[in-house]
Amino acid sequence: MTLSVRGLVSGYDRSAVLGGVDLDLASGATLALLGRNGAGKSTLVMTLAGLVPVTSGSITVDGVELAGRRADVIARAGVALVPQGRRVWSTLTVGEHLALASRSRKGTWTVDGILDLLPRLRERRRQLAGQLSGGEQQMLAVARALLTNPRVVLLDEPSDGLAPAIVEQIAAVVTTMRSEGVAVLLVEQDLHLAFGVADEVAVMARGEIVHRVPTAEFRRDPDTAQRLLGVA
Amino acid sequence: MTAVEPSVVPATPAARRGYGRWVAIAVLVVLAAAPLFLAPFATSTLSRVLVFALFAVSLDLLVGVTGLPSLGHAAYFGSGAYAAGWTSIHVTAEAPVPLLVGAGVGALAAASTGWITARSAGVFFLMLTLAIGELVGQVANTWESVTGGANGLTGVPAVRIAGQPLANAGFTHWYVLLVAALGFALVWTVARSPFGDALRGIRDNEPRMRALGYSTSLYKYAVFVLAGGVAGMAGSLLVAQQRLVSTADVGFLISSLMLLAVVIGGAGSLWGACLGAALVVVVRDALGPTLDGHGPLVLGIVFVAVVYLLPRGAAGLLGRTR
Repeated sequence: MTLSVRGLVSGYDRSAVLGGVDLDLASGATLALLGRNGAGKSTLVMTLAGLVPVTSGSITVDGVELAGRRADVIARAGVALVPQGRRVWSTLTVGEHLALASRSRKGTWTVDGILDLLPRLRERRRQLAGQLSGGEQQMLAVARALLTNPRVVLLDEPSDGLAPAIVEQIAAVVTTMRSEGVAVLLVEQDLHLAFGVADEVAVMARGEIVHRVPTAEFRRDPDTAQRLLGVA
Repeated sequence: MTAVEPSVVPATPAARRGYGRWVAIAVLVVLAAAPLFLAPFATSTLSRVLVFALFAVSLDLLVGVTGLPSLGHAAYFGSGAYAAGWTSIHVTAEAPVPLLVGAGVGALAAASTGWITARSAGVFFLMLTLAIGELVGQVANTWESVTGGANGLTGVPAVRIAGQPLANAGFTHWYVLLVAALGFALVWTVARSPFGDALRGIRDNEPRMRALGYSTSLYKYAVFVLAGGVAGMAGSLLVAQQRLVSTADVGFLISSLMLLAVVIGGAGSLWGACLGAALVVVVRDALGPTLDGHGPLVLGIVFVAVVYLLPRGAAGLLGRTR
């Protein structure tokens, strides 16, 4: 398993948000993580990225224990986060973003390779990230994560507030990631995107993963979807 | 993709560099020619502007580029000034020895205190640097055998170049200009390098930089030491120019005036910090007597006006500051 999580408990100050999460993700697999607001999806990805402190439990990537390590150590071990709301540096240009990200970990993804995949960013290379459209910023956030040549990519609501055409581009990039052997954990409210790219679907509730099935099976079972998510 | 074109397209970096280079050359020529036209007092004031401009630029590397507001940066400026002055008196005044000693001691002082500050940010960084600044000020006041205590370090000989002392204000000015220009070029190059991009990344969103694999504490420590070294360089220029160092040159007042200069000039632009420093020195030293001791009041009013009218400082008037 590329990513293996056991009994993960974490949270903010003294209130635990995650109450013992178990999760395995293989190389080249894509898991869509669904759940109602407040279920702990974002806390899980932030914890995996080292941005929320671990209370107890284990996180390994390719067998290396990462629970409790600093965020930069975790990133260098091959975990990349595309955060909710993009969080690009508004005062740096697109080119500077790509240069910063590409220095972290060498591998198959290069600046030129990324720009071939996302040609819009090539046109915008000299522009400040703060002047990009929301879709372009999302592309940049994805590019920034991929340039660290990760083994695991955590995408937190990448389609949030974006036009359908851009969501399709994100789906295409996720498919490319899979073919490169990257393990993808996709937190998503947009079921169309989630079902389109994920092999499996997991549902979180009250800080735990309560259901995990192949995507096709989840789609055949609207009753469970209704019960867990409040949608059909 | 149906993105809307941004209404304001900034000039390309290449175009800005071309334009900026000519302005920089013109400023250097004017500063170099100034002693030929100015009276000695005006020349000394201009030299002091350059000294504090270099100090402000080193502070801007922390405040504007990295987002670390320091209220104790004079500790490193003062350490460099005392070290350069002491070396000139007891060892040699031959350039570049006092300069290198000043820069080295400034960097060393920053290295020995930076490990405390590098893990902090924002108001905690501000308070820690303030405390360190006060501590160094106390040391300067009490360590009489080295610093001269409250009387200051006096009788510093003029800097010598190839055995010849820089006997008048004009020669001293050229020496100060040369070193200040080199120091500015150093900071400018660092700020424009990939290391500088990482510092701006830390300023804008430190957790994001960590999540990209950057050990941000290490970067903050490195820039703190570098800024201390450049401040030490500026300190050695102060002693070359005024030939004495007093506890006032290490204190809180200088630190806060320079922070004021950086904000007035426009944090992050580097050259804006030079303008801010020029304003502070001119109001304090040249206009001080005619303002009947109300110089700080004038600076206070300018500061409030800048905060309200020019949130990005004087540099903000000429496009983006980064």
